[in-house]
Amino acid sequence: MLDKRIDIEGFLDGLADGMTLGIGGWATRRKPMALVRAIARSKLKDLTLVAPYGGPDVGLLAATGKIRKLVFAFVSLDHFPLDPHFRAGRQSGAFAVRELDEGLAQWSLRAGAMRLPFLPTRVGLGTDIVAEAGMKTVRSPYDDGEELLAAPALRVDTAILHVHRADRLGNTLVLSPDPFFDELLARAADRVIVSTEQLVETAALDLAANARFNPFERSVVSGVVEAPLGAHPTGAWPDYGIDLGHLKTYAGSAAPEAWADYRARFLDVGEAGYLEAAGGDAHIRALPAAVY
Amino acid sequence: MSSDCTLAELCVAACAEAWRDDGEVLATGITVVPRLAAGLAKLTFNPALMMTDAEVFLVDEPVPVGPRGDYKIKPEGWMSYARTFDNIYGGKRHALVAPVQIDRYGQTNISTIGDRTAPKAALLGVRGYPGNSINHPNSYFIPSHDTRAFVAGEVDFVCSVGYNPARWPGGKRPPFLDLRLIVSNLAVMDFGGSEHAVRVRSLHPGVTFDAVQAATGFALQRPADIPVTPLPSAEQLHLIRTVLDPTGVRATVFKGDPPAARSPA
Repeated sequence: MLDKRIDIEGFLDGLADGMTLGIGGWATRRKPMALVRAIARSKLKDLTLVAPYGGPDVGLLAATGKIRKLVFAFVSLDHFPLDPHFRAGRQSGAFAVRELDEGLAQWSLRAGAMRLPFLPTRVGLGTDIVAEAGMKTVRSPYDDGEELLAAPALRVDTAILHVHRADRLGNTLVLSPDPFFDELLARAADRVIVSTEQLVETAALDLAANARFNPFERSVVSGVVEAPLGAHPTGAWPDYGIDLGHLKTYAGSAAPEAWADYRARFLDVGEAGYLEAAGGDAHIRALPAAVY
Repeated sequence: MSSDCTLAELCVAACAEAWRDDGEVLATGITVVPRLAAGLAKLTFNPALMMTDAEVFLVDEPVPVGPRGDYKIKPEGWMSYARTFDNIYGGKRHALVAPVQIDRYGQTNISTIGDRTAPKAALLGVRGYPGNSINHPNSYFIPSHDTRAFVAGEVDFVCSVGYNPARWPGGKRPPFLDLRLIVSNLAVMDFGGSEHAVRVRSLHPGVTFDAVQAATGFALQRPADIPVTPLPSAEQLHLIRTVLDPTGVRATVFKGDPPAARSPA
């Protein structure tokens, strides 16, 4: 019987130095943080990160020196606008960047997902992102003759996503009110590893009721890691909200001593140690919905 | 009119004007003043406006800023991330956002200040500015009007397209480029000068054209008569204070929360 379950070690075994890694979610929402922390603790290096809608995932991998190149549209902790480690790495030139508009990233992922070399758009024309990323234009072959940006396809070796429910076959549910662009990132990836709040039997997915929360067919998924509370400190609503208190501590970890302290308390303690240090199961499950 | 109106409240009312004649579009106001302004526009003169809870729902009444207490949002539709871009590409949106730099062309920057490879300041990233600026109307709120924000030459990293033919593909104006207002702590401006030059449209109470020009890194167009930016009406002040911002988040926008009516410099 098809069984895609893997553990964190199995997940890390599938990664390699220098690979292109895509990260789903959005800023402080539904980031696959348990997988990100595993990478941060590993010996992996020289990653090209495709994290268009970045949050503490990017900051953590910047702080641990994993990033060679970052492809992104923003990196934000939302309630705390700037991630300290992204900012420090970006300002010191620690990694190369390719900066994309939020919608352009969506379009480039869509091109990658469709196995096309590019998709035409106006987004980006007239701005500095075009030259920086070496993007080119294409002329409409129809009567309008308009010059458009050819948004280059974006593909990744492995994409990591956090979902609410999955079975061992790779059928998934994303129950949050906004699925973001995880579906496109998944289709633009050679391999997709999902971490899931709950690993359940297929029948328990109750697809008859939840069809609209099923982001893609199971053939898209290569591996399933059971990781309860695995999005923390980002939110996985409706299971739990964003941990603003933890993000505040994290946002304050810019100085070397503060980072050493954060690292000792929350990173060098393994995933079970992390969840305990972060307040434990009851605390995290009681985190309220964010207010904007 | 109220004599104790604050500068923040004046700016909310001035920003609200951006949406007056827009009809049924999505009003997006990013940061406190623009967000309050979108709500004010909807509640006072453009009830057809759509707006979100700043997360995922369209709401049929503006969501107050700050702690909500018992307030429950009133969803009327879904505005997922994907749908947000579908709406943008259709052009039925007017965003009023707060860039860090703006230049004579209306090009703006929220990405990096200084050298691009090792910038003096890494900000958020371009976010959705490129796509917004080339697909639907945009206005800008700049709370600190000085030559670091209103720069000479071009902004350090052009995140949004402006009226700069040198950057347009083939020199041809993008068909949906439509920059509307710039509201600062000193004045309201638009792009109504010759060849879309930035023009002063009204001066906030107690501010002179010369003071605005001195705080701007490029030449502003000066109409013969420049009115004073109107204060919010008593109804508008009431809505701002009791409905849109009952906990007073707007008091944090400007240092010391100064009054709208300044003594002339």
